[in-house]
Amino acid sequence: MVELTIDGVRTIALEGTTVLEAATEMGIIIPTLCYHPALSPYGACRVCIVEVVKGNRSSLEASCTLPVEDGQVILTNSEKVRKTRELIVELLLASCPNSKTLQDMAANMGINKVRFKIKDRGCILCGLCVRYCKEQMKSGGIGFIGRGTSRRVATAFDVTPEECRNCGGCEWICPVCERACTAGNLIDGVCGGCQNLIPVETCPVCTGCSESVGPQGHKVY
Amino acid sequence: MKQLRAAVELEELRARILSQRKPEKSCISICGGTGCHAYRCEDVAKAFKNEIKRQGLSKQVDLKVTGCHGFCERGPLVVIYPKKIFYQRVTPNDAPEIISETVLKGNIIDRLLYADPVSGKKVHFESDVPFYKGQQRFVFGSNGLIDPTNIEDYLAVGGYSALSKVLFEMQPVGVIEEIRKSGLRGRGGGGFPTAAKWESCRNAPSIDDIRYVICNADEGDPGAYMDRSLLEGNPHSVIEGMIIGAYAIGSHHGYVYVRHEYPLAVTNLSMALEQARAYGLLGEGILGSGFDFDIKISRGGGAFICGESTALMASLEGKIGEPRPKHIHTVVSGLNGKPSNLNNVETWANVPLIINRGANWYSQIGTEGSKGTKIFSLVGKINNTGLIEVPMGITLREIIYDIGGGVPNGKSFKAVQTGGPSGGCIPESLTDLPVDFDRLTEAGSMMGSGGMIVMDEDTCMVDIARYFIKFLTEESCGKCVPCREGLDRMLDILTDITEGKGKEEDIELLEELGDVIKEASLCALGGTAPNPVLSTIRYFRDEYEAHIRQKRCPAGVCKALITFTVDEEKCNGCRVCARECPEGAISGEKKEPHTIDQEKCIKCGLCRDSCKFEAIIVS
Amino acid sequence: MKSDCEKVAAIVIKYGGNHDSLISILQDIQSEYHFLPEDALRAVASQLDLPLIQVYGVATFFKAFSLKQRGEHMVSVCLGTACHVRRAPAVLDEVKRQLGIEPGETTEDMRFSLETVNCLGACALGPILVVDGKYHGQMSPGKIKKALRKGKRNPEG
Repeated sequence: MVELTIDGVRTIALEGTTVLEAATEMGIIIPTLCYHPALSPYGACRVCIVEVVKGNRSSLEASCTLPVEDGQVILTNSEKVRKTRELIVELLLASCPNSKTLQDMAANMGINKVRFKIKDRGCILCGLCVRYCKEQMKSGGIGFIGRGTSRRVATAFDVTPEECRNCGGCEWICPVCERACTAGNLIDGVCGGCQNLIPVETCPVCTGCSESVGPQGHKVY
Repeated sequence: MKQLRAAVELEELRARILSQRKPEKSCISICGGTGCHAYRCEDVAKAFKNEIKRQGLSKQVDLKVTGCHGFCERGPLVVIYPKKIFYQRVTPNDAPEIISETVLKGNIIDRLLYADPVSGKKVHFESDVPFYKGQQRFVFGSNGLIDPTNIEDYLAVGGYSALSKVLFEMQPVGVIEEIRKSGLRGRGGGGFPTAAKWESCRNAPSIDDIRYVICNADEGDPGAYMDRSLLEGNPHSVIEGMIIGAYAIGSHHGYVYVRHEYPLAVTNLSMALEQARAYGLLGEGILGSGFDFDIKISRGGGAFICGESTALMASLEGKIGEPRPKHIHTVVSGLNGKPSNLNNVETWANVPLIINRGANWYSQIGTEGSKGTKIFSLVGKINNTGLIEVPMGITLREIIYDIGGGVPNGKSFKAVQTGGPSGGCIPESLTDLPVDFDRLTEAGSMMGSGGMIVMDEDTCMVDIARYFIKFLTEESCGKCVPCREGLDRMLDILTDITEGKGKEEDIELLEELGDVIKEASLCALGGTAPNPVLSTIRYFRDEYEAHIRQKRCPAGVCKALITFTVDEEKCNGCRVCARECPEGAISGEKKEPHTIDQEKCIKCGLCRDSCKFEAIIVS
Repeated sequence: MKSDCEKVAAIVIKYGGNHDSLISILQDIQSEYHFLPEDALRAVASQLDLPLIQVYGVATFFKAFSLKQRGEHMVSVCLGTACHVRRAPAVLDEVKRQLGIEPGETTEDMRFSLETVNCLGACALGPILVVDGKYHGQMSPGKIKKALRKGKRNPEG
């Protein structure tokens, strides 16, 4: 067991676990996109970054791949973390505005404008589908191809691979395919629909997100 | 060749080689480095070969094609031993005269000498050329003496004596201690202390006792080619360094990961490995010591990111070069999950030198935190382009003016970019900065692998920042969001600025993006990628502002912001530009000043190139 | 173009059928065919017992590989930093204009392929244009026509 401090609270965690797991255990919510408890951590989206304090210096690390260490001091919601996280989500919104998962996350963070040109790539390259296919279905028919901004999730030669069993898991786990934002008219790249605090009867853009709206109106995390 | 089976056999062989070589014998040494190759040095070598045969001099005169001598600007280079007469810009037609005049009679051919551009004085000997004078060529110096395809040349300059010393007189930990005392830091960019790395790898647990020693020769920085020149010109020094490192670490398997764009390096290295094996210097029971080590070559697939250790190792495993988080270091779990020690070419080549001459000698060169020498490729807007080896702590001024001969065409020096694409631009006001790992970092740049690109008043700093970000956007593996998306957005903003569409808040947004990319990216590529933008904003903010506010490119580079016009005073109406113009944008009567139709002009610059009277003005 | 199965098999065997050598194997195939034919990639995947997507992913990740057939003449423009500050972009623009293609493309008549490289390490000669392996140094937009002429000529004349 190792002892560490997260957001000022001392806690113990099993050696070999991650800071994200330790924080979750304590009830601290760190937003994540490319993380799934049933899949190997990947550290790509960087939304789960936390501040690791060492003396009077600190650095930002993705908590999903950061192993717990004795004496570690972690801040999950410092100003530096929030600012960085917000810009990352803003960048993602600009490249994939039609994901409800992302729009909700943006609303929760109070992001009300995307300052970048919208280039809808329809994918955030979180790799959940790739890892699901490989690790859970033992299939491995899909993967990343290309690099840089040309990187995308694909099958070889864009044909259905022999390994595919049509399980549909890749779509099920996808934060864009399964949970598409259907608000349609985004203003400055932001929908602000389901997750905003306006009561349901006056919500101006509420169109397609009924699934997360409870009887009292909008769900607030 | 009988394999050498003891230290004494190596020394006997060396003595035999030296006894057959007469120092007073004439030798024509032709630079066969990359630059000289592009100048067709092989034709020069062929001409010498034929001439030696024709005059029946093969017994009296040796001919040697060596690795890079460094002074690429003046290639093809030829040095005539034993006097070391230095000829530059040699053509095949010069060969007969050089042999009959210089080699046989000792006469100097004036037109082939290098003339000092400042004094106009002709220089006879290599060591008197200002380009070489300010250098200390310990690692790189043997290049001009060695035919890289002949191991005996390396043995003749004392090769493999450090290996023999280590194997028979030193314990592995003693070797690490010696390297620690020398203060050697990694030459690949990060500047991590080499001994600490070796020690961690040695001490890392490995169930089957497999450890890897890897040489990073995936030199991806555009404008840097010192690693290639070392591998091409003196491959045995790298091999010897790696064997010593392997002995210290306790490794028996080595890899050299080399860029596929470097075919000559691959050829020379393969040949060197074969010869080392044949002599018993590599393979099982090296020099009869009972220590086994062998090296495999792996060709990279062309990806800048593979300079990053985890990406390089993924690529060695046959996977895409995608980095992973380094919370567990590669010295503990690297290639195939085994402890793996990665150093770059130049670092390995420093090792035999340290063992031979001692850590005390080595640590006297350089500064407090950076010991030894460093090889830089001095390129761009500089008179003497080439590879230089200088002691750490030398100032930029000495490099640019004393060795480099300053900026050509009377232009003024603006900045020097160090550290490759993820480095930064250092302005003219900091030319007295001593060059070492820590000073460069403080100035917002870094050492990197040692590229030094000189820029003059005609270089637009916003365009340079855009150039590097474009490079990095294409070279980012695309795994993590800050690097992939952040750099792409930086590129958008910079492109807008260079096209005159910049907005007042763009500079702040670039800085904000830069900070996030630096802090939140997964690997060092993203962690340093914003440096070119941040450092140019820091030192050349006025140029950004001129682009944004006045829609003006002060250096006259950004196409959207410049216009081509004709200087009526200088134009004599020769019509050459009008014929060259692909868009038919230039009109005018013969022998009368012409005009350019701005609507039609595509700013290709063909008119400026074709005008013999400098009558095309770019503003 | 169909690749020769035996040739591919021989290359795989040369590397001991080891999947660590995937990149070297692809490089040898690329130098044999000047591109990576689909059936060759499929053959490599099955012989190395690797998922096809891994082979395909590697083939699309590294710049050395091309999945498209290349033209008769290879034209490369060096865009290294030293060449860049010596006006390589103007050289590239002019090459693009004369060939009518973007980097990574091949002309319709399959005569020219254009690519950019990041540094050839011959910075003293910059900007550099390479046509079929031959270096043309100190390039400017005005000198391009001459450098490309050899390939432009009809094979008959």
